[in-house]
Amino acid sequence: MSIVTSGHHADEHHHSAPPAGFKRWLYTTNHKDIGTMYLLFALAMFFIGGAMAMVIRAELFQPGLQLVDPNFFNQMTTVHGLIMVFGAVMPAFTGLANWLIPMMIGAPDMALPRMNNWSFWILPFAFSILLMSLFMEGGGPAFGWTFYAPLSTTYSNDSTALFVFSVHIMGISSIMGAINVIVTIFNMRAPGMKWMKMPLFVWTWLITAFLLIAVMPVLAGVVTMVLTDKYFGTSFFDAAGGGDPVLFQHIFWFFGHPEVYIMILPAFGIISSIVPTFARKPLFGYASMVYATSSIALLSFLVWAHHMFTTGMPVFAELFFMYCTMLIAVPTGVKVFNWVATMWRGAMTFEIPMMFAIAFIVLFTIGGFSGLMLAITPADFQYHDTYFVVAHFHYVLVTGAVFSIIAAAYYWLPKWTGYMYNETLARWHFWCSLISVNVLFFPMHFVGLAGMPRRIPDYALQFADFNALISIGGFAFGLSQLLFLLVVYKCVQGGEKASAQVWEGAEGLEWQLSSPPPYHSFTTPPEVK
Amino acid sequence: MASTNHRPLLIRLLFSVIVMFGFGFALVPLYDVFCEITGINGKTRNEVAGIERAVPDKQRTITVQFLARPDKGMPWVFEPEVTRLEVHPGQISLVHYQAQNPTGSAMVAQAVPSVSPGTAALYFNKMECFCFNQQRLDGGAALAMPLQFYVDPALPADIELITLAYTLYDVTQRDPIQPVTQTE
Repeated sequence: MSIVTSGHHADEHHHSAPPAGFKRWLYTTNHKDIGTMYLLFALAMFFIGGAMAMVIRAELFQPGLQLVDPNFFNQMTTVHGLIMVFGAVMPAFTGLANWLIPMMIGAPDMALPRMNNWSFWILPFAFSILLMSLFMEGGGPAFGWTFYAPLSTTYSNDSTALFVFSVHIMGISSIMGAINVIVTIFNMRAPGMKWMKMPLFVWTWLITAFLLIAVMPVLAGVVTMVLTDKYFGTSFFDAAGGGDPVLFQHIFWFFGHPEVYIMILPAFGIISSIVPTFARKPLFGYASMVYATSSIALLSFLVWAHHMFTTGMPVFAELFFMYCTMLIAVPTGVKVFNWVATMWRGAMTFEIPMMFAIAFIVLFTIGGFSGLMLAITPADFQYHDTYFVVAHFHYVLVTGAVFSIIAAAYYWLPKWTGYMYNETLARWHFWCSLISVNVLFFPMHFVGLAGMPRRIPDYALQFADFNALISIGGFAFGLSQLLFLLVVYKCVQGGEKASAQVWEGAEGLEWQLSSPPPYHSFTTPPEVK
Repeated sequence: MASTNHRPLLIRLLFSVIVMFGFGFALVPLYDVFCEITGINGKTRNEVAGIERAVPDKQRTITVQFLARPDKGMPWVFEPEVTRLEVHPGQISLVHYQAQNPTGSAMVAQAVPSVSPGTAALYFNKMECFCFNQQRLDGGAALAMPLQFYVDPALPADIELITLAYTLYDVTQRDPIQPVTQTE
């Protein structure tokens, strides 16, 4: 209680009120403002990338070519992937980090607030460049979000240059965000906030930030190589000049595999915050959660070639990457076990954040199991580049990462806005999303196992019924998210007043601040017991 | 709190970013060295092999298959004279690949070899190969390009069939046409 008032006192003599209008947002160095902008940006990108998914599903509703030509279809799959990965999931997590990390560790703001402003404000430019390239002559990037050489070097059009620059800017933004998170957590914890007292969301983000610093520069390197191969006569990936296209895949996936953990580790932190609150029990196995997250992060550097089993690697390399990949199931299993054990005999209630968290645990585990199937090298020769892979990574990224972000939004929205969301609408949103997302992605396992290739605008007739069903699920899932937009809009506008603690079982420094928290919070560090 | 100096940590993190950017590029030579040492990826050594290990082992017979493929958009005719050869390990063989430039102007080509299975690449010793150099052909000209090789007797026992595939790339644009390169 005293913390809240001390925040107000500091407010009066130290800081002026934020400037009004657009300049407030353009010049802001406040972690709450920047967090809000990141989250809204991610939401906008989620709908833009989602609209592209709707184009894909509309085309695939029936076999044959109906709505779009194959080149545009390829642009849709490519840009859908890029926008969802770099525009929706990653900025959403960065937004959550901005909002929550300073409040969770009792810091007044992020450590490097001006850099924080920059790392957000270059993002809209990156995505404007990427989206504008779709309107170029010949269209935008159409080589898949993985931009394999030689598709992105020899066989691409000049939109590739814009693609490369936009990825550079996204990378710089992520790196700056990661540096900010690390410096904040290292230097600005309140007295008494020891390492093993930090909330798991802070822990998982710290580890994610190190992953970002390790691999985003490698991504910048590989897009630079694509650029110079295409325009400046180098031969990194061109066999004619002594290069090797397989090298592209090695460098890309050296980035790409840690990248998929960048998109899931903060989700683990969110779920580890939500489950104890609504089970009204402390998290089971806190220390093992920290170690499991760290070991997942370390193992992520040793498994990249499981994306490349069909490139003709020698058997010993395939076995090495297969066993390392399966090893990741162990720390991941520890986490799932801990969440279930936290709920075990807890006084559980099923508010919307908890519903999404439980859906996350079940559906993410399904995605994890299909990942184990893909890890089996000989089986992967069958599954590679089929819809089974699409089903797998959408289970871990949509019902995994995205569901965790939605759960986080519902969980902290009353804290951010000061108002409770509309419970009825939120319940509709949850059940519509849960059912439609499974209608959307579950049958993809079947068509994938039956051999339907991904990234192709047409398919054999025997897949028609399943694809129609998948498309219906897709449209329903897309429409359901409009409910989320409505819930957020109404919650920002007003509603039932939220208390400081919001949830009966919520623990942590952010729940000691008022709802909404003061513009400048924890200007005097709180006491951590 | 406010007095905490962020600069040392910031500098260390920025330094890590630069190191990792460099590491991305360092992967290129590392990959080449790794493939050369382990022989994975089917890359044969791009240098003349010595004769010292060419001791024929009459007990074993290996089948060597020859494939040739001009790159997409490469107009040359490019094919092996023999497609299949039975050899003893250590036995030196000489085969020729036919190349013809059907266009009206001089062109330069580079052949890139690939051996399958990849682990056999370490044991495929080339004493002379047209792939060691770029090949220049005037418009309409043809050339029989030699390949002299032997299979190392240390070839693992489970390998009985080696496939050697060449892809021929047009490098005329890449390098200015030089005087005819020697292929000795």
